[in-house]
Amino acid sequence: MNILLATSTTAMSGEGVYNYGLVIFLMMTGLYLVLAKGNMIKSVIGLNIFQVSVIMFYVSMGRVEHGTAPILLEQDLPHHDSEHGHDNHDDSEDHGLLQTRSDVALASTADGNHDADGGTDSDVHPQAHPEDTEANSPSLHTVDGRTAYSNPLPHVLMLTAIVVGVATTALALALVVRIREYYETIEEDIVDAIENRLQKEEAQS
Amino acid sequence: MIEWSQHLPVLQVVVPLIVAPIIVLFRNKNIAWFLATATAFFSLYTSIELLTIVQESGPIDYAIGNWERHVGIVYHIDIANAYILTIVSAVSAFVFPYSYHSIQQEIPEYKLHHFYAALVLCLTGLLGIAATGDAFNVFVFLEISSLSTYALVAMGDKPGKPPRASLAAYRYLIMGTIGGTFILLGIGFLYMMTGTLNMAELSEKLPALSDTSTVRAAFAFITVGASIKLALFPVHTWLPNIYTHAPNVVSAFLSSTATKVSYYVLLRAMYTLFGAALAAQALQLKLLIGPMALVAIFLGSFNAIKQTNIKKILAFSSVAQIGYMVLGLSMNNLDGLTGGLIHLFNHALMKGGLFMAVGCMFYRYQSVELSDLKGVGRTMPFTTFAFVLGGLGLIGVPLTAGFISKWYLVLGAFEADVWWLAILILIASLMAVMYIFKVIETAYFQEPNTDIEVSEAPLSMLVPTYALVLASVYFGIFTEPMLGAAREAAEMFLSAGGM
Repeated sequence: MNILLATSTTAMSGEGVYNYGLVIFLMMTGLYLVLAKGNMIKSVIGLNIFQVSVIMFYVSMGRVEHGTAPILLEQDLPHHDSEHGHDNHDDSEDHGLLQTRSDVALASTADGNHDADGGTDSDVHPQAHPEDTEANSPSLHTVDGRTAYSNPLPHVLMLTAIVVGVATTALALALVVRIREYYETIEEDIVDAIENRLQKEEAQS
Repeated sequence: MIEWSQHLPVLQVVVPLIVAPIIVLFRNKNIAWFLATATAFFSLYTSIELLTIVQESGPIDYAIGNWERHVGIVYHIDIANAYILTIVSAVSAFVFPYSYHSIQQEIPEYKLHHFYAALVLCLTGLLGIAATGDAFNVFVFLEISSLSTYALVAMGDKPGKPPRASLAAYRYLIMGTIGGTFILLGIGFLYMMTGTLNMAELSEKLPALSDTSTVRAAFAFITVGASIKLALFPVHTWLPNIYTHAPNVVSAFLSSTATKVSYYVLLRAMYTLFGAALAAQALQLKLLIGPMALVAIFLGSFNAIKQTNIKKILAFSSVAQIGYMVLGLSMNNLDGLTGGLIHLFNHALMKGGLFMAVGCMFYRYQSVELSDLKGVGRTMPFTTFAFVLGGLGLIGVPLTAGFISKWYLVLGAFEADVWWLAILILIASLMAVMYIFKVIETAYFQEPNTDIEVSEAPLSMLVPTYALVLASVYFGIFTEPMLGAAREAAEMFLSAGGM
């Protein structure tokens, strides 16, 4: 039952950090659009890019070097050899899943401690060595003889964030439609000018 | 049989979450109003129950689905959470009954059930932020409450009139989303460093990591994000227009709940997450947050004096009151933080009551401009008296709740050896006299317009208004119950970092 689950940053060194550059570039692009553009639609687009940059940040955070999709491989199931009877098999599988759950927790906890030491963990998660892989089923996804899975948690979190982003965009566009119906423009400067004129007229009457 | 009181922490959040879609299904304004009000009273009941349990037997941890804290979401209720939950649900238990007549006049009938659904969703989000012990969950509930807030505010538009509410909601949406995304990014940094989202676990692990730039960046992002939601000085610009153009019920509800919950998020971030972690934090509080709070107090009060629209006066006064709360936080000592926390409760009562009184005036006059409200003290004596009582609280006259909070803030200032801060607080209170008296002068000393017949607001609006305003006087005289809770919460934040 050796399952390696770690956040990618720990395994990251040198060329591995280009994703942060991309995230920073996207985020600044988005913020610039929001702040600098007077056109409301362009601001909403900027807001979207800004949110997407954070989503990409989380998604790239969950990557583990040599990691596969976080679906339990058959070789990691306990007692997957065919000697067992069917009745037993079900039980052991259940047990295996439970085991996995606590292992996941332990792995992520341990990972934080590695960070606390301040070092990069390239020693802990070295490249896969052929002699280390178990004779049973050699795989591209093994590190130190353990299967490496990407961390699914950040990805799951981002499902929520994507939903939030969609809702925000829809609501913002609906508001812009309503603003345009009255002022007949989506330029903030012009809306402000019309507002100032209206307020002066109201104050006079 | 399951002990159902065990499940109070999660019921608190889940019940409103489920009621909101049910309200939409019924498509009936009376049922919508009834369900919303019943939900608010249920929340009030559970939060008071939780407050009692927590005061007697310490914090509750509720693991949803029995998943351990590394894996699942844990709701953590301690004295601070229970205190905030009580404030939010108490205010909604008064505002929701009040809304029945008030909102029917402002929103077309076919939208009413949507309005109540959004209102209950907003309540869900606010209660969720206060109840959860999971950092990512905070973001989710923050967005639930924010999204419903934007919709609620935008409903303040009248057909044929300039859509100022939509414009305010759009601008708040842009700022609020940036704030929310900053918080999300900060949480991401924390998860990267610790591998956990549980706040208790984060507060255990962060001290060892406090030197890394990642944790510092996380602190910066979360603080700025929470400040945007809180409307602290440089990022307060969305607030005045939101409170001015939203329907009166929404102004009353938001002014007394939304910013309070954001203040709680800021406290949690500062003390629980980063309190022990950042050694320089005490310095930052004094040098960065303190001056901003002072500017907020004076800028807010000064702008309030200039306005001629009562809702705008109250909105700018809110900016100032938020300044007081954050000033208490920046003192970083027991009295100051107690002052900030008790002001959170007192301001919720007073500002809620004041906005409801203004809502009563609007109900009869269809305007909140001072020039239209001449002599309202004679035509609507009860409403205006409620406004006066609430206004005295804002000024901080003895025997009102506002006096207690300012008293503790002044004590905190002396304890922090900044005696001149006490003088500034007094000067700012005099500015509050000016903007409140401006309304009182118009209400009592100017001749009413004789060409319109005006009577008192309906009882269903007056009773909740008086309930809130009188509560603010009651808690000014019998301070103990809430002051005790605020002091305990402040002690908890300052000692153990709060987990």
